[in-house]
Amino acid sequence: MTVSAGTFAFVADLVRRRSAIVLEPGKEYLVESRLLPLARDAGHADVDAYVSRVRRAPDEAVHDAVVEALTTNETSWFRDVGPFDALRDHIVPAWRDAGRGTRLRVWSAACSTGQEPYSIAMALADHVPAPGLDVLATDLSEQVLERARRGLYSQLEVNRGMPAPLLVRHLTRVGSGWQVADDVRRAVTFRRHNLLDAPPVGGPFDIVFLRNVLIYFDPVAKRAVLERVRGALRPGGWLVLGAAETTVGVHDGFERVVLGRTAVYRVGAPARQPLIPSPASSPVAPRPPVTAGTAPVSTVPTTIRGAGLR
Amino acid sequence: MRALVIDDSRTMRRIVARTLHDLGFETLEAEHGQHALDMLAEGPAPDLACIDWNMPVMDGLTFVMQARANPDLRGMTLMMVTTESEQSQIVRALAAGAHEYLIKPFSTDAVRDKLELLGLLPVEEHA
Repeated sequence: MTVSAGTFAFVADLVRRRSAIVLEPGKEYLVESRLLPLARDAGHADVDAYVSRVRRAPDEAVHDAVVEALTTNETSWFRDVGPFDALRDHIVPAWRDAGRGTRLRVWSAACSTGQEPYSIAMALADHVPAPGLDVLATDLSEQVLERARRGLYSQLEVNRGMPAPLLVRHLTRVGSGWQVADDVRRAVTFRRHNLLDAPPVGGPFDIVFLRNVLIYFDPVAKRAVLERVRGALRPGGWLVLGAAETTVGVHDGFERVVLGRTAVYRVGAPARQPLIPSPASSPVAPRPPVTAGTAPVSTVPTTIRGAGLR
Repeated sequence: MRALVIDDSRTMRRIVARTLHDLGFETLEAEHGQHALDMLAEGPAPDLACIDWNMPVMDGLTFVMQARANPDLRGMTLMMVTTESEQSQIVRALAAGAHEYLIKPFSTDAVRDKLELLGLLPVEEHA
């Protein structure tokens, strides 16, 4: 069964007003599947009954719960792989060459249950030694932030994209799950933040990860979010978007740069300066970029795969 | 892409093979490590081997060590797919030469994520 048109319209409007996230027609299944647990908890047989109760007796906390349920995403570790290779092989060496100080500040926006910020910290563990890395991780949902802070994941969650060498290095078995090690957790600070509000404290940032978020916004909100993010980045800072997202045609304050097999976006890059240092000019030679499909797997020296034990 | 699924459970072989098939792989099946080595001696090495740990005749860990010692199999990626979930066992498998480790039960998405890490999925172009 699916939700009624009235239920869908009410929920879509509520979510849009609170988060600027657009639930397009066709997302009725999402409303149904995400709200059913709330409906059951509140003693209703189905989502329509629950939502009609919510409409009759508006309650701020209940509205928050509905918005949270619809704006939380499933997530995997090292999602898409390429952005983490680009971070390690290109962006961090360029940051180091630019001599921007000793602390690398990264903002993981819309971090959900924490897999992305922890992945960033793990990817950079050997490249930006502690305590030089500050990852600020924000999300709209206090509920997912609470989970993220605990750093405790089920076996099924850990199965999603966590490279085995990094699993045994950075997590430990706790009961039937796994917990992120203290040194990784110390590099990450979690804070509630709405992307349409002023940027969070902790900046300006060298790098912002804003992945698979813009796809949910309408064009006006997309531009507003990108404007906020640009203001939070240092000149020359880097924006990493999701694979299906771009600033092109939305906001002209970013320059698209291809790093390995990933496109990233750079704000106000200094003119005529090479975007990527050559190994000869770099005090720390970047690792060879990983290009899938051109080398036998067993010879590809990525940190993600090769970390730790090999 | 071709994959060899090594597991003594016929049901589990079918589940792993079907998942890989959905991700675009051709699959072969072997009932234990020695059976797999015999098959590999006869034809070109597949791109991937998915290996159970506990099997009769030759277990998965021994297979991994044998495969890593054979130069003809150097291009084959080795992924343990097992219910063995202790941290020390994962460390042992990696030290023996396994490239990845997936703990049962798993979803299709989990297999896809692992293959992406291993560079065994087609790369999606960025916007």
